[in-house]
Amino acid sequence: MFDGNDESRRDFLKCMAWAGTGALFAFDGGIGMSVGLDSALAAPVRHSASKPFTFVQLSDSHIGFNKPPNADARATFREAIAKVKALPVQPDFIIHTGDVSQLSRDEEFDDAEQMLKAAGLPVFFIPGEHDMLDPDGGKAFLDRFGKGSKGAGWYSFDHRGVHFVALVNVADLKPGGMGNLGAEQLKWLKADLAGRSSSTPIVVFAHIPLWTVYADWGWGTDDSAEALKLLARFGSVTVLNGHIHQITQKVEGRIAFHTARSTAFPQPAPGTAPSPGPLKVPSEQLHSMLGITDAMFVRGRDRIALIDSTLAA
Amino acid sequence: MTRAFRILSFQAAVLATSAAMMMAVATMTRAAPPAAVAAVRIDNFTFKDPVVTVKPGTTVTWTNGDDIPHTVVAKDGSFKSKVLDTGDRFSFTFAKPGQFGYFCSLHPHMTGTIVVKA
Repeated sequence: MFDGNDESRRDFLKCMAWAGTGALFAFDGGIGMSVGLDSALAAPVRHSASKPFTFVQLSDSHIGFNKPPNADARATFREAIAKVKALPVQPDFIIHTGDVSQLSRDEEFDDAEQMLKAAGLPVFFIPGEHDMLDPDGGKAFLDRFGKGSKGAGWYSFDHRGVHFVALVNVADLKPGGMGNLGAEQLKWLKADLAGRSSSTPIVVFAHIPLWTVYADWGWGTDDSAEALKLLARFGSVTVLNGHIHQITQKVEGRIAFHTARSTAFPQPAPGTAPSPGPLKVPSEQLHSMLGITDAMFVRGRDRIALIDSTLAA
Repeated sequence: MTRAFRILSFQAAVLATSAAMMMAVATMTRAAPPAAVAAVRIDNFTFKDPVVTVKPGTTVTWTNGDDIPHTVVAKDGSFKSKVLDTGDRFSFTFAKPGQFGYFCSLHPHMTGTIVVKA
């Protein structure tokens, strides 16, 4: 994995952890890595020569949520954004992987939008199921956050040689099923990827995990296999999801999967509670559940390795 | 018209109206038995009693006991609730016999069935 160069090895290993308030990603010489926001504040990401850049993932802000364990999801979202602003190296942009709001109310979307403006960065959104609850099934979200997107809100863009694909798997869900992409979106994805070189690094983001984390709680996407088949030829694919309010990671072939923590409340690990409802941690624990986590990953172009580390250690 | 007469005629009108209302209530009570009702609670991301059997004309009321919103949506589109936040209710009256599968459109692994038979 490492070429013996201590400098680059240190770069790889340094603090590549995830924070619940957001995860910072750096693309550096074809290798993607993530840095917990707290550690990034303490130790800026070091860049090598070739077009390094970073971006931040925020997820599951649930603006409007006000029940245990978090009486004010606005406040914790504001704290997350303040952490982004305080990064010594500003990310190029933010992605929000859905459940911006709790109940798709205008004032919830308004507040999220205003708070994000404080970051002064472009933000790319995809909806979560909580953003589809207006009478028109997602129109309120798309009118505000989905301009220029297709279908239920999917789109793609390129940034410094990396192709970003935003998928929607919370629209038109089927009884008894999990997340769903649907035939129209898969057809679009096929066309979107068709002309691209297999050496293009790909980042896919969607709300519900694109692999089955826990079927009993619906934590997966029924037709994700078809999307992953289209992605299989690429040398470097990173899939970023939210929805389950905790860190999970998996590597399959050349595809690295991650879920981010929520900025609002934690959810239980799969099967450890009667339901996936909010984990009602004592208030003194809440920030640690949202703010710090201890996993890290290193992704190579041909092989993806997963290395866990703790932020605190 | 004297003031006393006006009061008397007002009282008479009230009495007549009351009598008419009482008769109407009595007629309704005779005509329809107490409305049939059934309840389904939503707890822990499940519809408690996933299969509920009722007679035609029964009104089923769902109540969300979770801290997370849910919906109640018929698979055949015959009924659909708005989003139900904690403590919110949704009612639907099943007039005709049949099997009515439904699910939560936010968490579609949550499913249930109302069986209506005479």
